[in-house]
Amino acid sequence: MTAQKDDRRIKVLLAKPGLDGHDVGAKVVVQALLEAGFDVVYTGLRQTPEAIAKAAADAKVDVIGLSILSGAHIPLCRRIRELLQEKGLYDKLWIVGGNIPEDDRMVLRQLGFRGVFPTGSRTADIVAFIRENVK
Amino acid sequence: MNDKPAEATKPARTATPIRRVVNESGIEIKPLYTADDVIATGGIDTSLAGEAPFTRGIHPLMYRQRPFTMRQYTGFANAADTNKRFKYLIANGQTGLNVAFDLATQCGYDSDAPEAVGEVGRVGMAVDTLRDFEIAFDGIDLDAITVSLTINGAAAILIAMYLAMAEKRGYDIAKLRGTAQNDILKEFIGRGTWVFPVDPSVKLVADSIEYCAKVAPKYSPVSVCGYHIRESGATPAEEMGYAFAIAQAYTDAALQRGLDIDEFAGRLSFNFNIFGNLFEQVAKFRAGRRLWAKIILDGYGAKKPESGWLRMIAGGGGFGLTIEQPENNIMRGAYYALIAALGGAQTMALCCYDEAYTIPTPKAQRISLRTMQLLIEEIGLADTVDPLGGSYYIESLTNQLEGKIVEAMSWVDSQGGIVKAVADGVIQAKVSEYAFERQKALESGALRKVGVNCYTDTDEDKPQVDLHGYDEMGAIAQIDALKEVRASRDNAAVERALAVLRAEAKVGHNVMPALMDAVKAYASVGEMTNALVDVYGRFREPTKLWRKVA
Repeated sequence: MTAQKDDRRIKVLLAKPGLDGHDVGAKVVVQALLEAGFDVVYTGLRQTPEAIAKAAADAKVDVIGLSILSGAHIPLCRRIRELLQEKGLYDKLWIVGGNIPEDDRMVLRQLGFRGVFPTGSRTADIVAFIRENVK
Repeated sequence: MNDKPAEATKPARTATPIRRVVNESGIEIKPLYTADDVIATGGIDTSLAGEAPFTRGIHPLMYRQRPFTMRQYTGFANAADTNKRFKYLIANGQTGLNVAFDLATQCGYDSDAPEAVGEVGRVGMAVDTLRDFEIAFDGIDLDAITVSLTINGAAAILIAMYLAMAEKRGYDIAKLRGTAQNDILKEFIGRGTWVFPVDPSVKLVADSIEYCAKVAPKYSPVSVCGYHIRESGATPAEEMGYAFAIAQAYTDAALQRGLDIDEFAGRLSFNFNIFGNLFEQVAKFRAGRRLWAKIILDGYGAKKPESGWLRMIAGGGGFGLTIEQPENNIMRGAYYALIAALGGAQTMALCCYDEAYTIPTPKAQRISLRTMQLLIEEIGLADTVDPLGGSYYIESLTNQLEGKIVEAMSWVDSQGGIVKAVADGVIQAKVSEYAFERQKALESGALRKVGVNCYTDTDEDKPQVDLHGYDEMGAIAQIDALKEVRASRDNAAVERALAVLRAEAKVGHNVMPALMDAVKAYASVGEMTNALVDVYGRFREPTKLWRKVA
């Protein structure tokens, strides 16, 4: 892995909002991010949008990542966006992964989730995207 | 011997180096198997199907007498829509029902709970009260069609609801058949629909086993799932080994209630996965059957042979399916179905080709159903028992797999037993590590996956998959129906029933009788869950920082 330009490690919050229990992908991404040299705060399953926004603020992360496979990504992302904005976290990198149909990807990008990684994405691409986009 | 230059001695045919093959369970595969390999690995079990230890099958004639039950996982929106889909599948020749519930129901929330927003009826049927079950199973003959409830965290409540619904319709629940998944330990490893902390969760499983043994002895209150553990990353041998460790934990809990092993062991059933290498999976089923029979008959000293049956639904295969070139999943499904049939499953269900995108459409459901019917009608899978039995390869692998399953079980023991290993998260960590290794192998191309890292289409057509949208109006209708039930029921009776439930939980009694009364009073899933949460608390997965130590 290439060394980061910045001395400080990139810190990522990876969250599982809603009731969806599919966490294989999220845990794989956690390990890929760790291997890339990032610090990762993993929320565990079934977090409310409020708890996720609070965890993001408390942990002072650079990246807020959501993993949603139940299909409820649009209402959840909409709500989490409101809360992240309230907490002044709009300058952080927001990304989302999961079972996301093509038509919904643009909607999520418009909501401010700059990285959208549907099922089947390569972890290497997620790592590269974070490296390029963290300010 | 001779003094010719080296290059002249080259053999006429250049020997290409032989690829080393190691299956997922860690067994090195030889290019050719002979009778010697079978002997070296422990020989052949010559007992017939229907004879302990059941390597070849639990019934003497297997599919020749009764083909596998076909039971696609279905349920969506509300009870009325689900009832229609059930009838559609039955009309198409499906012989059992496998009910999917929405996440709110699975996690013990009512449709109008804040946690349920956006989830009502999304991935399965929304159930709030007995009224929903009355509608969902209306007009379905519960003797002819066996119903499997895919419910875990809220299983005790939904089992009570099913029994109460059947009783109300005049069925004798002492004779009623059916299954609930009700395997909470695997929910902590993968799938994640836990409600209560680990210990009270296991207690509730024991409650349902005890209650059914006494009141509904034909009902299968637990289906132990290796399935989801495998989906989370475990190897086939670990899948079966961890499932057996879990089944033993429930067995021990039931024995502690004073039940005799023969009163309930025959009603324990299993759920295993079918993706992966065909021969390895078939050997897994054969080895698993043999080992489980030894555990129950020899280990626990059961007297009835059927107590040692590894009755199973083998199906799914979701982890093997791909979002790329989704039509390939139809072929994968056909091979997976073949695996289940060659493995001697009692019941089969297939993940549909569109499941990487959406909950299955009726068309995808029908294709899966036809896949299974083809095996029986055209391909000859129901003609003879254990058709791969006696193959040098399969018999050797069966012997070796049994050793690997025992190894996985010993590892669980070394971690302090399955309940502790799950509560400590060590199983979750191990399984997750393997999932990551697998992902890396997929990305590097070391693990070949057609359409993903080989034979990919550069000019791939956009996959033609119809999406199943979220029905906002349906969710509103469900909430209205719940409000109507709340307004029309005897609320004082509900309060009394919930108070009894809380009291019974508090003193550690079996809560099933109190749940039956609460269900019959039309208490809601959320109300009953909350009454139990008052006593048991709610499980929370910890949020924590992960940092790689350099």
